[in-house]
Amino acid sequence: MADLRIKIGSLLFKNPVMMASGTCGYGSEFDDFIDIEQLGGIIVKGTTLEPREGNPYPRMAETASGMLNAVGLQNKGIDYFVKNIYPHLSQYGTNVIVNINGNTVEEYAELAGRLTDLTAIPAIELNISCPNVKRGGMIFGTNPDAAREVIASVRKVYHKTLIVKLSPNVTDISEFARISAGEGADAVSLINTLVGMAIDTKTMKPRLSTITGGLSGPAIKPVALRMVWQAAKAVTIPVIGIGGIMNAEDALEFIMAGAIGVQVGTASFIEPRTAINVISGIKSFLEAGGFASVSEITGIINRN
Amino acid sequence: MKKRIEDLTVTENRRLTDSFFVLKVTSSLTLPEILPGQFVQVLVADSPSTFLRRPLSVHDVNVTENTVSFLIQVAGKGTERLSRLTQGEKLNMIYPLGNSFTLPHKGEKVLLTGGGCGMAPLLYLGRMTKEAGAEVNFAFGFRNRLRIPEHKEFKKLGIVHLATEDGSEGCKGLLTDIPALREEKWDRVYSCGPELMMKAVAAECLRREIFCEVSLENLMACGIGACLCCVVSTISGNMCTCTDGPVFNVRNLKWQISG
Repeated sequence: MADLRIKIGSLLFKNPVMMASGTCGYGSEFDDFIDIEQLGGIIVKGTTLEPREGNPYPRMAETASGMLNAVGLQNKGIDYFVKNIYPHLSQYGTNVIVNINGNTVEEYAELAGRLTDLTAIPAIELNISCPNVKRGGMIFGTNPDAAREVIASVRKVYHKTLIVKLSPNVTDISEFARISAGEGADAVSLINTLVGMAIDTKTMKPRLSTITGGLSGPAIKPVALRMVWQAAKAVTIPVIGIGGIMNAEDALEFIMAGAIGVQVGTASFIEPRTAINVISGIKSFLEAGGFASVSEITGIINRN
Repeated sequence: MKKRIEDLTVTENRRLTDSFFVLKVTSSLTLPEILPGQFVQVLVADSPSTFLRRPLSVHDVNVTENTVSFLIQVAGKGTERLSRLTQGEKLNMIYPLGNSFTLPHKGEKVLLTGGGCGMAPLLYLGRMTKEAGAEVNFAFGFRNRLRIPEHKEFKKLGIVHLATEDGSEGCKGLLTDIPALREEKWDRVYSCGPELMMKAVAAECLRREIFCEVSLENLMACGIGACLCCVVSTISGNMCTCTDGPVFNVRNLKWQISG
């Protein structure tokens, strides 16, 4: 039996496969299809201090091998989350991680502080990469000084496992990985969506109400893989690979490029059982290859 | 109601017009309870340009045959591929999804309005309406007579009023020009079709204070309430068309219409 366990900071994951924020709701949406507890973890919907209605419809456009979204962090805010969603989440026997978003550094820090007290939330994912909000989000993830400031402020108040979710909409991803490590993050996760757009030539209008949105799905996998490889070479903290993973083979590519674990995102919209299938596929691969643990192949392309 | 993900088998694929076809599938298991207004998300196989599943509203359910059917209009590459499915082929479906129409009470007089492929969910709704002991009437609008799919199944359930924009069949004009809609007394009106048509029906119902439910066809990705892409603006904020809908009472929608 290959050992699938991984560790990020002091936090143990039963396997390296998680479901990505914004693609798995709060877990219960998938209860009819999978046992959430079999996952390494779930990163629940991006949460903000105040409730957000998100962007106007239309918020989604299908593209070649992918989709654009412009949801814009629709959520009911941290108070509602703590009171109405957390009690259910605290029942799951897996790592439930909350993705947090602020308009300002102070908001990020306040959110992190609020989440510290929730014993069943062992980690947060600092989202400095949402491309669909006017303030905050990607602005922090594409400016080195802003990234440094927000990560440092959150680190000061949050002492559990801190993951920083990076934006691919930068020239040099390794710089942002280094900043995250330097400011004390326990891991980086990447990539968030790539900024893109689509136009309906019949109506001669943009397909998204916001004109631009975030591209996800297999269309972005080669870019994501390259960035994960670059980030993994740049830092010693764990890197979590995200971007267009549809099956175990895709996930194995990220692991071989240097990712300690992966997040399955858009694929779950098409096949809600994808993350579970990825776990069993990784397991079969390791066993067939005679590997004792997943760590034996992590970053294998970078060795010699 | 537990949702399933399952490979169903095509038992029939029947062309009705140039663009309309009826696809019927069966399950090796007993079909779950499916309510009128609910939909399924189908996977379009061997079609690289259709990345996401396609939502299809349930056209009819036959419990004895253990089949569910869909009335589909070819609109793009996904529906084009579905139109070529042959008997025995598999169709992967996530179902049943969404809420359902509120069924009328016994003795009520009900009008089911639809435009184009919006007539799809109204057959099953009509069947259940009749079973509930209410009087079923349909009103459909089309561009011209060539666009009208065969509708004898509808005629078995009640009167069918037709409108065509060019007057080649039924009353000339839009669905809302059908005199019965404005002149007769209705206990409930249901609608599915293009948004402008549903808004016109809704306006008439709000004006006359008639109960009115519409089924929306917002673009969606997941169909299970996870992605939040298919939202509609309601008096309670943004709601998911896939899980809070697709059926909404028009009083709850923030449609800019004059009642």
